[in-house]
Amino acid sequence: MSLRNLLENWGDYRKGREQGGHHKYEHMWGMAIDLNLCIGCNACSVACYAENNLAVVGKEKFEKGHALHWMRVERYWDEPNLGEARVSEYQVHGASFVPTNCQNCNAATCEPVCPVAATYHTPDGLNAQVYNRCIGSRYCSNNCPYRLRYFNFWSYYESSWPAPLHMQLNPDLTVRDKGVMEKCTFCVQRIRAAKDKAKMENRVVAEGGVVNVGDQPFKVAPGRAKVQDMEFQTACQQTCPTSAISFGDMLNPDSQVSKLWRSHQVELGKTSQKKPNPELRGYRLLEELNTDPRVMFLERVREV
Amino acid sequence: MQTKDINEDIKWAQINKDVLRSMENPRMGYWIAVAMCVAMVGVALTAEILQYTTGMGNAKNWPHMWNLYIATFIFWIGMSHSGTLLSAILHIIRSDWRKPIYRFAEAMTTFSLMTAGLFPVIHVGRLWNIYWTLPYVSDRGIWPNFRSPLIWDAFAVFTYLTSSALFLFIGMIPDLAICRDNAKGWRKKLYTALSLGWRGDDRQWRNFRKTYLLMACFLIPLAVSVHSIVSSDFAMSIMPGWHVTTFPPYFVAGALYSGCAAIITLFICLRYFFRFEEYMTIPILEKTCKLTFAIAMVWTYLNLIEFASVWYGHNAAEKELLIAKFTGPYSPFFWAMLFFGSVLPFTLAFEKLRRHIPTMFVVSLLLNVGMWLERWMIVSPTLSMGYHPIAFDVMWPTMVSWAIVFGSFGWFGLLFLVFVKIFPSISMYEVKEMVYHRRRVARDEQAHVFHRRTGDHPSSGTATPGLEGA
Repeated sequence: MSLRNLLENWGDYRKGREQGGHHKYEHMWGMAIDLNLCIGCNACSVACYAENNLAVVGKEKFEKGHALHWMRVERYWDEPNLGEARVSEYQVHGASFVPTNCQNCNAATCEPVCPVAATYHTPDGLNAQVYNRCIGSRYCSNNCPYRLRYFNFWSYYESSWPAPLHMQLNPDLTVRDKGVMEKCTFCVQRIRAAKDKAKMENRVVAEGGVVNVGDQPFKVAPGRAKVQDMEFQTACQQTCPTSAISFGDMLNPDSQVSKLWRSHQVELGKTSQKKPNPELRGYRLLEELNTDPRVMFLERVREV
Repeated sequence: MQTKDINEDIKWAQINKDVLRSMENPRMGYWIAVAMCVAMVGVALTAEILQYTTGMGNAKNWPHMWNLYIATFIFWIGMSHSGTLLSAILHIIRSDWRKPIYRFAEAMTTFSLMTAGLFPVIHVGRLWNIYWTLPYVSDRGIWPNFRSPLIWDAFAVFTYLTSSALFLFIGMIPDLAICRDNAKGWRKKLYTALSLGWRGDDRQWRNFRKTYLLMACFLIPLAVSVHSIVSSDFAMSIMPGWHVTTFPPYFVAGALYSGCAAIITLFICLRYFFRFEEYMTIPILEKTCKLTFAIAMVWTYLNLIEFASVWYGHNAAEKELLIAKFTGPYSPFFWAMLFFGSVLPFTLAFEKLRRHIPTMFVVSLLLNVGMWLERWMIVSPTLSMGYHPIAFDVMWPTMVSWAIVFGSFGWFGLLFLVFVKIFPSISMYEVKEMVYHRRRVARDEQAHVFHRRTGDHPSSGTATPGLEGA
């Protein structure tokens, strides 16, 4: 947010996110998670730990709430009022699983509250977190209705990867130190690699303009990389044994994600989705808060 | 029964003598108090060093990203408001009973802001980078995020701290000149420098009055805006229990409330330890108590508004949170807050209790306990119960955060103790003004009006008391 940018693009700043805010999008990465397919195996979570250098904090700190699971598989039991009592987990239907990662909201509530603009919207539509800029005021986490932001309460780089485990760290991204907020990045390092590869191979869309996703127009930048659908996968998607997770560019109408969103008639920029028939299982988490998340879930269907 | 705000026969030399005496020869009790405060600061410093070297996990967890630190930050910011109320608002509406007690209230404003300002620094994860919240010119061309309420906080607190310190200093200049004329040694040098060549001639007084009035007018909207901005830390978020439209007035009322209660506490301490019975009189205490009572009722009303708007708003998450506040794990503290904040102030409504100093001392302390609980009950229950059920979690503060909160009181006390021995804690020149005016009025026909108490002179209700003749 430089002063020149503010002055020159003032008109863009004032416009709403319907026009993409001040961005000219290059991509708009989105996700769809089919809960019918999810078996709650937690492989996505483990893959995320391995891919994104997430610290393993240990049982004690996990119970205190210091864990850093960007992809967390939430368990919900059908029977209400079980509460904290941890009554016998024997249930009629068993638990429901909701794998939740950062919803990468188009109108993210974490972004306006960060005092140092460490979290912002990238031209890729990602809700980026700049670790170097973060001062750890933790307002973003407080303002995230999904509570999907995790804070480095301690310094883990010595305890979490004792030699030779440090050799397994992913060199494509950093290891965060204490006092920094972090969250799912949609595997930004893989996105970056794929974009670079596309540009190296001269796969570029020369002209800019406007791309419609549903009835939402998004300005796109000229000269953006033409990444093919499924050219790369996020770690969770790659690992999911039942392929419950799909990921791709929502500006590309032919991507798997776009097709899923369209076929379940889930639209961006809405606070509630019309569901003319029960076959449409798509929904977004807490979309009535107008956060406009870019992760769509497909409802689990059950015998009653 | 003492009914006069001040004895108008008091000699001006006596005023100087009494106030200057309070600045000299600290007794044993003073040093014990200083030692206690230093020890408290030491405890906090140890805790902070531990937290700095190991990590914020000593004090917080997910999803309780804010906790005691922010609650105590609001508490101290709130306490700073009554100094401005006494010195600026009551100055403008010409309530001259403020004159013997506004100086220490203003000092309290400045020092509680200095305490409050520490908390955001303690609370951030990487405090060595906290200057990034200020819009300094950097070669990277990066600015803070001007949309964030935390940035507004940084601006508001800095502005308020600067202005209130300046206001405290400007209002003290004539007094510093009196100190200069009566001091020896290093004090002489200090007061000579600080009194800025005050001789007390007409031109100086005229300029002084203008400046003081200007500063007062500047400070009133500033004080109101500061706590409104602090409230926007919560009101601008989308979390249930925080996203409340009435938060700005609610915070300001709470701020004035806790500040007035703190003024009563310090009033009683100074009156007792410095033998200020001639200046900090029972009628002035009574007036402060009445003011506190009025503010307490405003606060109660705003509380009820909040409950009602949540209840009739039919937002499931907010309603659930409100019910959880009344019945959930935090409910003992919530009820304690309501008791201390809304029921206990009714002691201030009774004249017998109002004039009984030990009772008022205890009550004023408890009112502030209630106000501290209020801040905690704003911050924590929302964090324990937001929108996403997986993140419902109750967290009790850790020893490290308690130690830092505890130490902040020592820090405030230390600043205040140093202040009362270096600067006059009663405004000598304004007390003289007050005595002068009262003397005129006492001789006047209106005397019985001016010192009227309810029921004393039922026939003379028409004349308005005032200082027109002064």
